[in-house]
Amino acid sequence: MLKTLAAALGAALVIGSAASAADISGAGATFPAPVYAKWAETYRAQTGTGLNYQAIGSGGGIKQIQAKTVAFGATDKPLKVDELNKSGLYQFPMVMGGVTPIVNLPGMKPGQIKLTGALLADIYLGGVKRWSDPRIAALNPGVRFPNLPITVVHRSDGSGTSFQWTSYLSMKSPAWAKQVGANDAVQWPVGLGGKGNDGVSAFVKQTIGSIGYVEYAYAKQNRATYVLVQNKAGQYPQPVAANFAAAAASADWAKAPGNYMLLLDQPGANTWPITAATFILVHKTQANAITGQQVLKFFDWAYKSGDASAAALDYVPMPAAVKTLVRRQWASQIKAAGKALYTAG
Amino acid sequence: MTKQSRGAAFDPIFRYACVSAATLLLAALTGVVASLLIGGWPAFAKFGIGFFFDTTWNPVTEVYGAAGPIAGTLITSALALALALPIAAGVAIFLVEFCPGMLARPIAIAVELLAGIPSIVYGMWGLFVLAPWFAEHVQIPMLYVIPPGSIWETIFNGVPNGANIFTASLILAIMILPYMAAVFRELFLTVPPQVRESAYGIGCTPLEVVGSVTIPYVRSGAVGVIMLGLGRALGETMAVTFIIGNAHGLPTSLFDSGSTLASTIANEFTEATGEMHTAALTALGLVLFIITFTVLAIARLLLARARKY
Repeated sequence: MLKTLAAALGAALVIGSAASAADISGAGATFPAPVYAKWAETYRAQTGTGLNYQAIGSGGGIKQIQAKTVAFGATDKPLKVDELNKSGLYQFPMVMGGVTPIVNLPGMKPGQIKLTGALLADIYLGGVKRWSDPRIAALNPGVRFPNLPITVVHRSDGSGTSFQWTSYLSMKSPAWAKQVGANDAVQWPVGLGGKGNDGVSAFVKQTIGSIGYVEYAYAKQNRATYVLVQNKAGQYPQPVAANFAAAAASADWAKAPGNYMLLLDQPGANTWPITAATFILVHKTQANAITGQQVLKFFDWAYKSGDASAAALDYVPMPAAVKTLVRRQWASQIKAAGKALYTAG
Repeated sequence: MTKQSRGAAFDPIFRYACVSAATLLLAALTGVVASLLIGGWPAFAKFGIGFFFDTTWNPVTEVYGAAGPIAGTLITSALALALALPIAAGVAIFLVEFCPGMLARPIAIAVELLAGIPSIVYGMWGLFVLAPWFAEHVQIPMLYVIPPGSIWETIFNGVPNGANIFTASLILAIMILPYMAAVFRELFLTVPPQVRESAYGIGCTPLEVVGSVTIPYVRSGAVGVIMLGLGRALGETMAVTFIIGNAHGLPTSLFDSGSTLASTIANEFTEATGEMHTAALTALGLVLFIITFTVLAIARLLLARARKY
């Protein structure tokens, strides 16, 4: 019933937008919405083709593309290959971001505190209760921690950021994987929930001794006291664009069926461990060749000419090798009436 | 053709238009209930009556219980009402009994304007202004004063950052206050001036007039106002979501974080991908509908009874 309702609503939106010539219609994740909007604006000015993107959340994006009420869906949480096949969908990564832990400890500078994934999991499980805990001190020789209680802050709304965060904690801590698990909303053992990145950031700012996690762009723009997290190589890289890109570059995309790839804990000395791509979903068999071509043309253009505007908004563009791989997949996998809609070149 | 006969020709059309307007409204209501029931059915079918009493809310294992949000909704609404009622009545009485005529109208308009502030604005104000202030000036001083282990510690236990059941209730109270004050004022104005003036004439003080003339006269209507205020508090979403702390499960103290039915739906609906997750959230919607409906039904019942006296 709800699905039908959502589909009807989607149909109404599509019909509503059909008035403005042949706009590309898409719906889904809120995280990449600002950069999609920026791209749409430039693309329209250059080609005359507009983009109507509804930032209704990843869940809504998946439902709408399954119901075929939009030309593409967008999700922060990639679909597993069997889920893709069930609805005849294909997914590809569009742009990246990273998740950064932030703290509120008087006198601490950004990047001064180092933590590991396992310890972050213990903190979020409520097992490490004070900043003076010997396990924190062991990772931070020479740093004096106050004997403050740790207040855990998490997202209250279902979000791709929480999905990446809990997936990472699940990878690094068997206890977390068993007791909590990974999802865009989970049953948090401790702490309080803020709505959105700004909600988490506000609670951290207002609570001395608190720890939270936000999108990298948000931490950067707010000059938050971020924490360094140990990566797979045992290093503590800075959370900067180049180190997020390193995660996507060192990931083995060729071995990821359906492009199901979480860029968490990837190898490489400079790789930021909690990196995430956001994905686009399209149907493998396009009912309308022109619509299908338009969608691919737009994303092809975004891969080619969109990097600067993405970086200006603190998103991280996909590395060139990944773009080449995806373009090849477009050529071989997206078809209308048996004919390929895109020629790699 | 006279004017009257032309009117008569349009009469059936007018009647049908009105009937279909009423039918449409009823159909919409039925449709809402039906789609909530169908959408939430998988959750009711799987968890049964336990859905209402279980405090687990775990999207990973797909186990859902509504006890936490139900409790949060009832507690915050009741607290908000307790805080708002005396003030709303006070404002209305001031406007009707004591306020100089020149000021009464501007103040009344200001109160009605307050009622029109969007809820998201209250939410932002709560998060960025009220919560830090409350933490610094109420919660942290209380931490120093309250002896450990006392009953007070149990009641006021919580993380000192101002995001809890109590501040959420406070925001709710502020939100329903102007609305209730405005309706109370209208209500008090329905007391015939002769009645009030006769009371003054026989030597009553303003307190006596309010206590033994105005309030008894409007008693039935006042119950309605209270219930309407409660109805609004129950369904309020955005402002509460920002400041309640959004912890599932039963709150254990006044300063503990919690969640309400509406805030849980607002938080999780957009990204809910699982079938059962969506069903459980829809079921919460139905529970909220039932609670609001019950409150309104009780209000009607009390009003009907009050009218008999």
